[in-house]
Amino acid sequence: MADLRVCIGDLHFKNPVTAASGCFGYGKEYEDFIDLGKLGAVFVKGTTGSNRKGNPYPRMVETSSGMLNSVGFQNKGIDYFISDIYPGIKQYNTHIIVNVSGSTIEEYVMVAEKLNDLEKIPAIELNISCPNVKEGGMVFGTHCPSAIKVTTAVRKAYHKTLIVKLSPNVTSIYEFARAVEGAGADAVSLINTLLGMAIDAEKQKPVLATVTGGLSGPAIKPVALRMVWEVYNAVKIPVIGIGGIMNATDAIEFMLAGATAVQIGTANFINPRVTVEVIKGIEDYLVEKDITDVKDIIGALKIPG
Amino acid sequence: MKKYIHDFQIIANRRINTEYFVLSLANEKKLPEIKPGQFVQVRVDNAPNTFLRRPISVYDVNYEKNILYLLIQVVGEGTRTLSELKNGEKLNLIYPLGNSFSLPDSEKALLIGGGVGVAPLMFLGRWLTEQKKEPVFLLGFRNSELQVDIDRFRKLGEVYISTDDGGAGEKGLVTQHPVLHNDTLDISMVYACGPDVMMKAVALWAEKKNISCEASLENTMACGFGACLCCAQETVQGILLVCTDGPVFNTKELIWQI
Repeated sequence: MADLRVCIGDLHFKNPVTAASGCFGYGKEYEDFIDLGKLGAVFVKGTTGSNRKGNPYPRMVETSSGMLNSVGFQNKGIDYFISDIYPGIKQYNTHIIVNVSGSTIEEYVMVAEKLNDLEKIPAIELNISCPNVKEGGMVFGTHCPSAIKVTTAVRKAYHKTLIVKLSPNVTSIYEFARAVEGAGADAVSLINTLLGMAIDAEKQKPVLATVTGGLSGPAIKPVALRMVWEVYNAVKIPVIGIGGIMNATDAIEFMLAGATAVQIGTANFINPRVTVEVIKGIEDYLVEKDITDVKDIIGALKIPG
Repeated sequence: MKKYIHDFQIIANRRINTEYFVLSLANEKKLPEIKPGQFVQVRVDNAPNTFLRRPISVYDVNYEKNILYLLIQVVGEGTRTLSELKNGEKLNLIYPLGNSFSLPDSEKALLIGGGVGVAPLMFLGRWLTEQKKEPVFLLGFRNSELQVDIDRFRKLGEVYISTDDGGAGEKGLVTQHPVLHNDTLDISMVYACGPDVMMKAVALWAEKKNISCEASLENTMACGFGACLCCAQETVQGILLVCTDGPVFNTKELIWQI
């Protein structure tokens, strides 16, 4: 049996496999399919300061090896999360990490402050990279001074593990990783979706109501791997790899590139059991390679020459 | 209702016409209760350009033989791949998904389907007869060639047909069919499944006649079980999800741009 435990800051994960925010609801949507207690952590969906109805329909279109979405933070706000969702999910035998989203620094800080008091929420993921909201979101994630400002403000207000989710829609993602590390982030997670669009040639119209949306799925994996590798080489804090992971081999590739843990997103829609299958697959890989500790493959990429 | 993810075996792939086919699916596990209006999410293997599962209405269920039937229309690569499945091959399903149609007050109910939208009406019609109700079907197709299993529908109740070209039944849209415009039809409920424009027209007709109307929607979805939030539908109660709050909605609840 290989040791699958990893650490993100002070937080111990029983294994490196987690579910990505926006693809996993509040976890309960998957209870019929898997034992959530087997996962390293669950990143629950983007939570904002107040109720948001999200973007108009159509919000999704299938693309080559992936999908575009423009859901736009449909959620009932932090107070509803605390009163109605948290009591139902706090008994899960895994870390519940809330993805904190907003349009202003004040909103991010307000949501983060309220999460301080929830005993069973040991960390937040600061979402400065959503491409699907008009204000805030990706604006903070694609302008370095803004990324520093929001991270610094939330760091002051939030006392537990702070993970910052980075946008790939920038020229040099490692600069943002360094910047948020300097501003007090305990870890970075990447990548969020890539900004894209789909067109219906017959109707000569965009497919999504918002025209553009976020691309996810295996189509973005090579981009994500490159960015994880760049960021791993640029910062000292742990990196959580995200982007098109469909199976254990994909997850292992992210770890070799430098990810301490991985998030699985879109693949859950096609195979709601994928997270537990990836845990098993990583274990099999380690046994086969005679590796006793999963931490030994983090950043273990061998570059010839 | 608990949701399952299982492999099924194809035990028959019956071609109906150039566009439609019916898959008969079985596995060793006893089928759970499945309600009319519910759907399954089908994983399409060996179709490189098909990434997501395909939501398909349940066409019928035979609990005695433990067989699930899916009526599918070939519209793209995914459904074409499904149409080529052979007996003995496997198909992975997530099921049963969504809510279901409700029981009418009146003895008779009208079931209006357009194209592949006739799929949930077979199962609904069978259930209505089991509940001692009388289903009356009004089914619309582009032409007579594309009619689907009319004889099977006839075993459950009266059937009226509309085709765009008049090759079978009445010429024109289902909403132009004379059966909707004579007052002898004593019903309190109409069920609709088909293209949006058809369902909206049926909903308008039902509203004028003061008849309750339930429509089965097919907004694009990624997961089918409430996680992706893609199949959002505006309703009088706010945004609801077609996959978990629907696919069946009372049309009075829907905010439609009619």
